[in-house]
This record gives sequence, C-alpha cells and structure tokens, in this order.
Amino acid sequence: MSFHVSPDLSVWLGAFLTLCIFSFLYKDNPFYRFAEHLFVGVSAGYYIVLNFWTVIVPNLLEPLSHTFVNTSGPAGLQSLFLPRLGDYRIFLVVPGILGLLLFTRLFGKIGWLSRWALAVIIGVYAGIRTTGAAQADFVAQVQGSLQPLWISGDLGASLNAMVFAVGLITSLLYFFYSREHKGGLAVASKLGIFFLMVSFGAGYGYTVMSRISLLIGRFQFLLEDWLGLR
Amino acid sequence: MKREVPLFITAVIGLFMILSFFVPHEWVSVPADFLQASAVILVGFGYVLGGANALRVNFDAIYKKKSGWPYKIVLVVSLLATVVIGLIEGKGFLNPTMRSKWIYDWVYSPMSSTMFALLAFFIASAAFRAFRIRTVEAGLLAVAALIVMLGRVPLGDLLSDWLFQAKWLPGVPHTLHLSTIQEWIMSVPQNTAKRAILIGAALGVMATGLRVILGIERSYLSGED
Amino acid sequence: MSWTTGLETLDRRWLFLVMGLLVAGPLIFPAGLPLKVSPPVQAFNDAIEALPNGSTVLMSCDYDPSARPEMVPMNRTAFRQLLRKDCKVVVTVLWNAGPGLVEATLNDVAREFPNKRYGVDWVNLGYKAGDDAVMVLMGQGIKNAFPRDYRGNETNTLPLMMGVRDYSSFPLLVNISAGFPGTKEWVQQVNSRFHLPMVAGVTAVSAPEYYPYLQSGQLRGLLGGMAGAAEYEKARGEKGTATKGMDAQSLAHIFVAFCIVLGNIIQRVKKREPA
Repeated sequence: MSFHVSPDLSVWLGAFLTLCIFSFLYKDNPFYRFAEHLFVGVSAGYYIVLNFWTVIVPNLLEPLSHTFVNTSGPAGLQSLFLPRLGDYRIFLVVPGILGLLLFTRLFGKIGWLSRWALAVIIGVYAGIRTTGAAQADFVAQVQGSLQPLWISGDLGASLNAMVFAVGLITSLLYFFYSREHKGGLAVASKLGIFFLMVSFGAGYGYTVMSRISLLIGRFQFLLEDWLGLR
Repeated sequence: MKREVPLFITAVIGLFMILSFFVPHEWVSVPADFLQASAVILVGFGYVLGGANALRVNFDAIYKKKSGWPYKIVLVVSLLATVVIGLIEGKGFLNPTMRSKWIYDWVYSPMSSTMFALLAFFIASAAFRAFRIRTVEAGLLAVAALIVMLGRVPLGDLLSDWLFQAKWLPGVPHTLHLSTIQEWIMSVPQNTAKRAILIGAALGVMATGLRVILGIERSYLSGED
Repeated sequence: MSWTTGLETLDRRWLFLVMGLLVAGPLIFPAGLPLKVSPPVQAFNDAIEALPNGSTVLMSCDYDPSARPEMVPMNRTAFRQLLRKDCKVVVTVLWNAGPGLVEATLNDVAREFPNKRYGVDWVNLGYKAGDDAVMVLMGQGIKNAFPRDYRGNETNTLPLMMGVRDYSSFPLLVNISAGFPGTKEWVQQVNSRFHLPMVAGVTAVSAPEYYPYLQSGQLRGLLGGMAGAAEYEKARGEKGTATKGMDAQSLAHIFVAFCIVLGNIIQRVKKREPA
C-alpha cells in the first residue's frame, strides 16, 4: 500500500472544502461557516443559471423567436395564432408574462399579481397528482393486494400471503379514526401497530445504511482521489 | 378579485388536468400539453426567483450588519460570480472546459456530498444516546432494525453462518441466513405496512388535491388581501 | 463514578472518531467479504437482460452529488449493461444539480465503448424543471419537452432522436433516483398513465417504500442503496466502487448495532442501580 498525493490543485480544493465541512464534527468554527455560506451562494447561483439556459431559453425564448421569424404578410401573421401539439406559437407569451409576474413577490404592494402564476402551477400539479395518486397508489395497490391466500403445493407462499393479508388489513384499521378503538377494532389496530413498527425498524436500518454509504463515498474521495492510496 | 381570479384559474386548470387523464381527444390533450409546458416554464422562473430572493435577503443582512454578516458577503460574492460566469459562458456552460463546470465539480459537488455524509456520525451518536427500548413496540422496531442492518451487509451472513452452524445450536437449519430473514421482513411484514401507508397517503393526496382545486384549501394564496 | 455514568456522559466526538476509523480502515485494508445477489436486484438485472438487443431505452438519472456513492455505481453498471446489449439510450435528468455529474458518469462508461457515438447510440437530454409535469409532457412528445440536449444541440437534429416520439418508443424505463422527483413520480405519472414498464435504482433511505410497487408489478426490479449497487455489480461480474465500500459498510453497521445494544444495556443497569 502506498500514497500518491494528487498534484491537481482542483482535487486539493475539493479536499479542503470537504475537510472544512467535516470540521463541524469537532465544533462549529469559521472554516465550516465559510464553507457553508460558499455552498449556499454557489448553489443559488447555479440554480439561476441552470434554469435560465435549460428552461427559459430553449422552452420559451427560442420557440418565441422562431414564431416571429417569417411573419410578414397575412399568412405569416395568421400562423402566429395556429398552435399545434408542441408548438404553441404566440401563446407562449402567456407563460412568459406569468413568469415575469412571479417576480412581483419581491415588491410588497404589487405582490398579489404573482398569485396568477402560482394558480397555474398549483392547478396543473393538483390535477396531475390527484390522478397519479389515485391510479398508482390506490387502484394498483389494492389490485396488487388481491392475491390468493392458498397456493397449493407451496406452504411457504401461502403463509406469506396470509400474513400479508392480515398485516395489510390490520395496518389500515389502525388508521381508521372514525370509530373509537375498542373491542375487536382495538385488537386489530394493536396488531397493525406491530406491523407498522417492523416497517419503521426496517426503514431505520435502511436509513443507517444510506447515511453510512455517503460517508464511505467521501472517504473514498479523500483516500483514493486526494491521497492516492493504492 | 385578488383572491377570486387565482382560485378560478386553479379550479379550471385543475379540473381540466384531471379530465385529460381520461380523455385522449386532441381538444383536451393539446391544451393540457400547453398547460404542462407552461408549468415547466413557470417552475423555471420560480427557481430564478428563489435565487434572486436569496440575494435580496442577504444584501439586507449585510446592509444592516446582522449577526454573521461577513459570511453573507462570501455568499453574495459566490452567488454573483457563479451567475455572471454562467451567463457569459452561454448554453454550453456545463461543458468540460468551462469555468462553470469547474465550479460545479470542485466547489459545489464536494460540499454537497459532504453535507449529507455528516449524518452518518450523528446517526451513530443518536443510536447510542437516544435509541431506548421502553415498550414492546419499540422492541419490535429495534429487533427489525438490527436484523435489517446486519442482514443487508456481507458480515451479517458470516455472523449468522457462524451462529447457526455452531454445534451448541442443534436443529436450526444451516440455510437460515440473516439475509434471508431480512429479505422476508422487507417483502412481507414491512411491505404490508408500507402499502397501508401508501393507500392512506393516496386517499389524503386525492382529498387535498380536490380541496385545492375546489378552492377549499387556499393556503398557497398567502397574504392579507 | 460508575462505568454506566461514564459511558452515558461520554463525549460524542469519541463515537465520531470510532465511526471514522471503522469506515476508513476497510478502505485502506480491504477484506473482500463475499456478496450475495438478492431477488429484487436479480430481477433488475434480468429485466434489462430480457430486452431485445438494439432496443431504444429511456434512462432517467434523477440524483445529484449528495447521493453520489449510491447512485453513480448503479448508473454506471446499468448504462454499461445497456451499451453491451447495443441498446440506444436516451437519458434525462430531473434534479437541478444532477446534469454535470450524470454527464461525467455517462462519458466515463462510454469511453469503454469506442464504437459507440453520442447522438447515435446515446443522448443526454439534460435537465428540465417541472418534476411530474415534465414526465406527463414527455408523454406527448419527448422532443417537445427537451428542444435541446445537455450539450446545446437541437434534439431534432440528433440521429437517435429521429426515431423517438413519446413513451411508446421505449420498451423500458430505467430510473436511477435519489428522492423527489423520482421513482414514485415516474410510477404515478408514467407507469400508470402510459404503461411504460420500469425498473428502479434508489437510495437506501427510500428503498423500503418502493417494495409495494415491486410486489404489485409496477416495478420490475429494484436496487436499494450501495448494497443494492454492489449486488448488481456482482450480478454483472464487475467490481466497482460500491463493492469496494461494502467492507466499510459492514463494520459501520456492526458499530451502530453495538451502540443501540450498549445504550440499552446501560439504561437497564442504571435502572437497577441504587439511587
């Protein structure tokens, strides 16, 4: 095993910033705070530039400029108002204006104008998420739960199917708050809590795995890319 | 007017988007496609607005010399530098030779990765100081967590092989591995509870979506008027 | 002061130090512990392997540098598997901070296939804001949502994109996702509305919530976290960064389990101690 420290200053910068963040583990200090604020500034700047060049320019400004090319004469002017799927011609001015109206939020007195743009966003997302949740998370999940409880020749699969059915029904009953949990409902919801606790435990185990993986990734960078451990 | 017009817009667009799920005809699909394209553009503007707001808030903090204001100068300078460089470099600003790409690779990327890596240390500390088993339910949670954590890694199977193949544990099948138990926990009991939560959450999303579309839920229209 | 009080008041920075050493140690002195391929990972591999050679596949890489250790190995191995099958790959990115990292990952793998050309065998359409709205928008036309690719080319001019219309052009969606927007949204908006079969590689923190989708058939395969990525590498006969990290993962898990057990032992002992 040997170390071959990287001669690349960029790698040294990445390692320095990594160690600045890790220094928080000892205690809060100026190096960590410097790195934290640098990170927030670069992130915000990057988001602005990215969305300008990848959304506003190709999806709004360029199609609008193509729309206004060759519009001399009545046929050309008429074509401005003839949208097709994927080519919305002059109608793209509407989201353009609404997008600019979003910035009125920064100015107190006229901030209410931004609500129109927000209303479009909320309307679109409320619509598509309602149907998405209904189809994928409700209908398909109930469909997937309707499995035979007895599979001849396979005792293990049959037991699993029964445990699955009992677990699903009791977990759902735990969330049924329209009646007081007494008697049979209390027993069922208690059993449901046991299944829920198992799932939370499994979730905790996977969360531990995820966070440790991120730490392993950073150490791999420091040991292999920076210190050149081979 | 200041509230009624947005509520009307939300209702019309929301109902139209729900209709577009069921009706494939172009009288519905083309306007729905336009609305989705508009939403994409508006979200893009929204991110730019977020960055502009961060600039405004921090300029204000520097001007009023609020606590930690020297660090805000670092934030503002780095934000402006990233924006200016990115705008000058044009639409290929993330191509390999660009300064914006260099900032992304060697300033943004290492710090983004490290911020979340810190959590691994705090998870260990919290496991030692705060994870207390005081009830049967908490015990179940702990046992499931331990089996999943150990069963998911190679060392877990080596441990279970050593344990179950020991002569002082006769009768236990040698094919019983911690990873098999872990896989059963994930596919059966864990799955049922997650499915129940998913179904419940779906009902909640549908209800909230309809409340927003019908104007009963108005929290997105923040403000006094 | 009894040992229980001493341990109870232990400065947590000692725990941080032990965690750091247990993670760094196996990276410096690897043990090469054996891996086993679990059924969801095998299913992921088999779903891609079952594709006819030369198919055009949609791959959505929805992650950023904060999830790099888990996502990049999955992305690399899946992209390599697709290129080996001579599949044409159309890549999208729905996370703000993802495009640069995804492009670098794809380029790294593409260099192993000198006969594969950008624009002909694979295309990176880059990032688009809008989350689920983009997913539904792509259903009417991929090029409508992405008029330009990551490198600034008009997508209409790319040879691979000539044959791509909407989701009906793909037999499979390979989704590598670190959270929102990601696998859940692809299932809700694309798998359910456009019936596009999909497989997913996700972070470990979100993997448990996708098991219902796996059981119902909405997902045909699932990779969960770095362990899933390592198992996938083993299934493909490769030894990448995920496999190299599993020794460290093992020791760290043992340590966290030990912390849980020790913390509770201390609590029990203190309860029995006279006040």
